[in-house]
Amino acid sequence: MLKIIKLILLLYFSLNFSYAAEINTKVDQITKNLRCLICQGQSVYDSQSDFAISMKLVVKNKIDEGKEEEEIYDYLKNKYGEWIVYEPELNQNTFLLWSIPLILFAFGGLLIIRKVSIK
Amino acid sequence: MSKNIKFLVSLLTLIIIFIILLKGLDVSKDYSNEKLKSQIDFSLNAKKLFSDEIINISDLFDKNSPSVVNIWASWCAPCREEHQFLMKLKDMNINIIGINYKDSPKNAKNFLSLLGNPYSEVITDNDGTKSIEFGAIGVPETFIISGKTNEIIKKYIGPLTSENLIEIEKLLKKNA
Amino acid sequence: MSNYLGNYSLYIALIASVYLIFKSYLDANSENKYLDKNFILITSIQTIMITVSFFSLVAAFVISDFSNETVFNNSHTLKPLFYKVSGTWGNHEGSLLLWLLVLSIFLFIFLLNSRSQDTKYKLLTILFQQIIISGFLVFILLTSNPFKTLYPIPSEGLGLNPILQDPALAIHPPILYLGYVGTSIIFSASLASMISGNIGDKWARHIKKWVLVSWIFLTIGILLGSIWAYYELGWGGFWFWDPVENVSLMPWFCLTALLHTVIVLQKRNSFKEWTIILSITTFSLSMSGTFLVRSGILNSIHTFANDPSRGLFILCFLFILILMSILIFFFNQNKISNTAKENFILSKETAILVNNWFMMFFLSVVLVGTIYPIFLEVLNGSKISVGPPFYHNLLIPFLIPFLIFMSFGPSLKWIKDKLKKFNYNILIIFFVSLLISYVILTKTENSFLLSIPLIVLSIYLLLVTIKDFFVSKSSISQKISHFGFSLLITSILLNGLFSNEFNSNMKVGDERIFNEKVVKLKEVNVTDVDNYKSLKASFEVTNKNSSFVLYPEVRIYQQPLTITSEADIKTTLFSDNFLVFNILKDDGYYNIRYQYKPLMIWIWISTIFISFGGLLSVVRKNEQKY
Repeated sequence: MLKIIKLILLLYFSLNFSYAAEINTKVDQITKNLRCLICQGQSVYDSQSDFAISMKLVVKNKIDEGKEEEEIYDYLKNKYGEWIVYEPELNQNTFLLWSIPLILFAFGGLLIIRKVSIK
Repeated sequence: MSKNIKFLVSLLTLIIIFIILLKGLDVSKDYSNEKLKSQIDFSLNAKKLFSDEIINISDLFDKNSPSVVNIWASWCAPCREEHQFLMKLKDMNINIIGINYKDSPKNAKNFLSLLGNPYSEVITDNDGTKSIEFGAIGVPETFIISGKTNEIIKKYIGPLTSENLIEIEKLLKKNA
Repeated sequence: MSNYLGNYSLYIALIASVYLIFKSYLDANSENKYLDKNFILITSIQTIMITVSFFSLVAAFVISDFSNETVFNNSHTLKPLFYKVSGTWGNHEGSLLLWLLVLSIFLFIFLLNSRSQDTKYKLLTILFQQIIISGFLVFILLTSNPFKTLYPIPSEGLGLNPILQDPALAIHPPILYLGYVGTSIIFSASLASMISGNIGDKWARHIKKWVLVSWIFLTIGILLGSIWAYYELGWGGFWFWDPVENVSLMPWFCLTALLHTVIVLQKRNSFKEWTIILSITTFSLSMSGTFLVRSGILNSIHTFANDPSRGLFILCFLFILILMSILIFFFNQNKISNTAKENFILSKETAILVNNWFMMFFLSVVLVGTIYPIFLEVLNGSKISVGPPFYHNLLIPFLIPFLIFMSFGPSLKWIKDKLKKFNYNILIIFFVSLLISYVILTKTENSFLLSIPLIVLSIYLLLVTIKDFFVSKSSISQKISHFGFSLLITSILLNGLFSNEFNSNMKVGDERIFNEKVVKLKEVNVTDVDNYKSLKASFEVTNKNSSFVLYPEVRIYQQPLTITSEADIKTTLFSDNFLVFNILKDDGYYNIRYQYKPLMIWIWISTIFISFGGLLSVVRKNEQKY
């Protein structure tokens, strides 16, 4: 059961409704999703700190080496922990994060159906 | 749901949230990620500070015992502070590899001739990418790296203190 | 001098608070018909004392009295007078004092404004509000006293964070606090009405004003915060899903739901319990905001200096307040007279339920996204970041049903509406919006699957809300707010879809071509201004047939050493051209970031429309009374 829900959620999110500004290059796209660890609340893309400048370079080098987006995230997660990525991936730890709002939405819908007489 | 169940559920939720937030206040803001066991890519090449020679970083590490890696820069004030402790580590016959972060070679060499050179070898990291390979976020940072598995055993963010020295010695013995 | 005055007036206010708590508790249990005159008297003494205390802090800031620790830490003699004054609430201690001031003024206004209400209800409202006030007083006196003195007296202060020296930010906290604190009155009043059993249409009419006022201030407060982030932080965005921003958005969703529900209570005497639950939740969320921001439990750009005992105090205080409200709610539930009516599927009641349903969903997304990392870290030690992609992925798809619903929900009639005969107007509007969207979408290569229905529906909703000005019978305030909302959604969507930018390193004399525009760095002037060194660049942007110059600036402050980038923005009705630059270590090169952001100004204007609608509603209610 859990697996099915996970699969549906995965499918749903793989459509990826990213609405942010048109992303020019892959580097921008990736660095926008990376947290600048020494700045507060800034992405690597937005920051001009030493750390962010080096990080942009690392991402660029990895792309030049032919690495895929996911591989780069995995590489950085291995170095810095999941904390570095803004979009939490769907796994055991974040399953509830993604599903609680959806469960609540369904629950709210049921409550309304019970309150309303359909005539 | 009956009224009593609703009451108990809301009470319980409140208490659980309270306890979690209470514990959350104590969680230290420690981002060293020691659980990660991340491995260093030993195939990396780097330039030596003193000889401009390009070497493979695996040559710097002793395959059988752990090494200490220290990221530093002459422009960084805390690095100056921690330098005395690095010198002490050197006196304890510990192999320290230096990574000179975004620095001018001239200033870096001056820094070492002034305060002493604790490093067995210093490699340069002009663009900061090598430090990212180690999972560093700035300077100074110090790592203990296993020679066998290339894994980071311990990571210190910020300047070392005298307490850290004892810990480093213990860790090196344990992993030798 | 002002230190003693400020400090002791707080103690007097605390004594007044304790007296009022006991007195109101005793009187509420007796059968007094009238409110003792002492209540107004003591409350006004308390309000005056807190006002005196607040203004003695302001005075200390104005005259740069560095014997005061708060002034020393947050001010500087070189600072302009305006920012000296706003520095009063730009720090933890002063901002709490401002909270307290607003709390007591609101209670005072409430007492003056509720003469016609039942005595017991008024007494209980005073009781709960005084519990909150005393909590804040104890908190300030124990952990965050703004009147701590320093000896020897330092000759110069440590300055204010230059990033906080901005007019929008200077007035942003007070406005936001008016919104937060307004919810405290709603909270106290709803608990009081729960116990005194007077929840109903009359009470709804009375509390609706408070709901509206808090909602207006909260909306404007959020708007100002967003404007500050856009102009000052220099990243060109207006919403970052930063935890501190989220914390102000959460009570807004809840308050918006309450704003709609309270109308049902007023018109149909229905949804009583739900109104109370929303009132309690809204205030809890406002308070949790204070907890999350002040305790340092969050990692955020806006977090202020923190101290663990403060977090602990607010958390316990919050826990006691919520526990108290849960107990009161469940033990007085039987006092609520059951006047609930049948809800038909096509009716305004149901439409408002659906509105609440979506608001609660949006709230849950933001709430879960904000606090989940804290919970996860406590429970299994993992650290994760929840950033913009999470919120976008969960919120944006749900906008589609929400927009559809909003295009017809508000015009449904009370009790029971009929399915109307096929309406050709609607069909025409729909085709017009399809046509407009088609024209818009052909201009972009962007092909996100969801952007098509979103654009079509937001334009459709925009046209419907415009049409409603001429046909619908609903109130003018509702029309304006709903129109503002649809304009906001449309602007945000189009802004997101058509924004683009480039990033480059340039030296003086360089040119870059971007979107058929030539951007040239002409010069960089270095000058010394009051308390900082300024590097002002001039960039010439040449289009096919026009050109303009942008002057972004980098400021280097000495107290404390901080480098800030001031963006220069050329705003027109259609778009913003946003340029910001940074100093690079390589000599002579600057990193520049140029952004083209369409319809930016409409995001601000539409939010003003939304709150203006609310304002009209408050004014109109007053007219009815006289």
